[in-house]
Amino acid sequence: MYGGGFIPDENPKKQTETVAEDSALLAEFQARIDRGEKIEPHDWMPAMYRKQLIRMIEQHAHSEIIGALPEGTWITRAPGFRRKMALIAKVQDEIGHGHLLYTAAETLGKPREQMINDLLSGKSKYSNVFNYPAITWADVTVIGFLIDAAAIVNQLANSKGSYGPYCRALERICAEEAFHLKQGHDAFVYLATGTPQQHEMLQAAVNRWYKPIIHFFGPSDKESVHSEQLMRWKVKMASNDDMRNQFLDMYVPKVREVGIDFPDPNLKKDPETGKWNFSDPDWDEFYEVIKGNGPCNAERLAVRKWAEEKGRWVRQALATPYTKSTVPLA
Amino acid sequence: MSDSNKSLDPRIARLELPQGESIVKPDEYWGTFEVFLQEKRGKFHQHVGSVHAPEQEMALVFAKEQYARRGKCVNMWVVKTTDIFAFQLADEDMFATTPDKQHREAGMYKVRDRIQAYQEREKKI
Repeated sequence: MYGGGFIPDENPKKQTETVAEDSALLAEFQARIDRGEKIEPHDWMPAMYRKQLIRMIEQHAHSEIIGALPEGTWITRAPGFRRKMALIAKVQDEIGHGHLLYTAAETLGKPREQMINDLLSGKSKYSNVFNYPAITWADVTVIGFLIDAAAIVNQLANSKGSYGPYCRALERICAEEAFHLKQGHDAFVYLATGTPQQHEMLQAAVNRWYKPIIHFFGPSDKESVHSEQLMRWKVKMASNDDMRNQFLDMYVPKVREVGIDFPDPNLKKDPETGKWNFSDPDWDEFYEVIKGNGPCNAERLAVRKWAEEKGRWVRQALATPYTKSTVPLA
Repeated sequence: MSDSNKSLDPRIARLELPQGESIVKPDEYWGTFEVFLQEKRGKFHQHVGSVHAPEQEMALVFAKEQYARRGKCVNMWVVKTTDIFAFQLADEDMFATTPDKQHREAGMYKVRDRIQAYQEREKKI
């Protein structure tokens, strides 16, 4: 589901430090990307390209896994059999996406175990939206429709990127996301057009999720030199602002057409520039949550550790499946 | 998590969540297998991706979960990644002249003009 909001390194110096690269190789590398060819795992690549891709794909993978947690616990409480079936399928897809992405990141040289350890220790980040709770079924509906929609904008863009294994994973992921989005929209419309109580519950959930949704694509990065380089290498395919704008273009009308609205009087499209304006979404909060101080950061990581520890005996049992049983000697 | 920070989620609240660090050991998730999927009888098996698994039977189980959840599939193969032997991508220029080998292509052999010329010539006689 969830690639969005590329989270920059907390230490901006670390991000821009460059290793001296062979200029001929670099030019050849850039020319290949400009011709629209993909880079494959054993091709030469600049150290910075490799590092930023690992960072991005790994964050994306963690987001898929952590993103399934707020939805997963709603499976037993989903309203009705059809919604339950859809949610089970969706949650399984998300975990599958996490595995596809870990595999893509591994081709760049970082082992899966190390990525999981970096997630559990808090060193690696995941999409900030999953540090907020899903209090009611309407919250799950908002996640399933709007967060997935935002993620698709991001993932469709990234699937046109330059790194072969990431693009192949994303193509598969985007195909499955189409189902996630449709089932999310279905549930969203169902609540919006249902009883006044259902409508109200959905509006309350949209109010809760508005800020995280605006945060989703990350702060403006138009002026970042770093971002420019990543875009030349087709690691990043569009600026955070452009992706956010595209999302608002596509989905504000779909929210409003069923009588729901975002709780921001300044959310308007400027007819001259074609850009959406909105109130300051409190970027300080965004950075605080990234640092680990959001409402659910501790819970998400604790649940992830729980899964790791409670699942260990299964992995160990699988690792030695052919231990033969023997009869006592005497 | 402290009790004051108890989860709103009843299913989480019932878990005994671990405190402190949790570390995955190197190779705890085993090695990888490459997965090949056959969409229908008569088609080739095609590479679709890879899975981590302890051995080949589990690799097939995981491959089915990962790559055959929806869409058509009649059969799958798994092969240990380390058993795949491949050319270096850097050597791709060894294939560069292949499209130039017109003498291997059906389209290279055009005799219609010659037949027409022959027939016209014969008619005149």
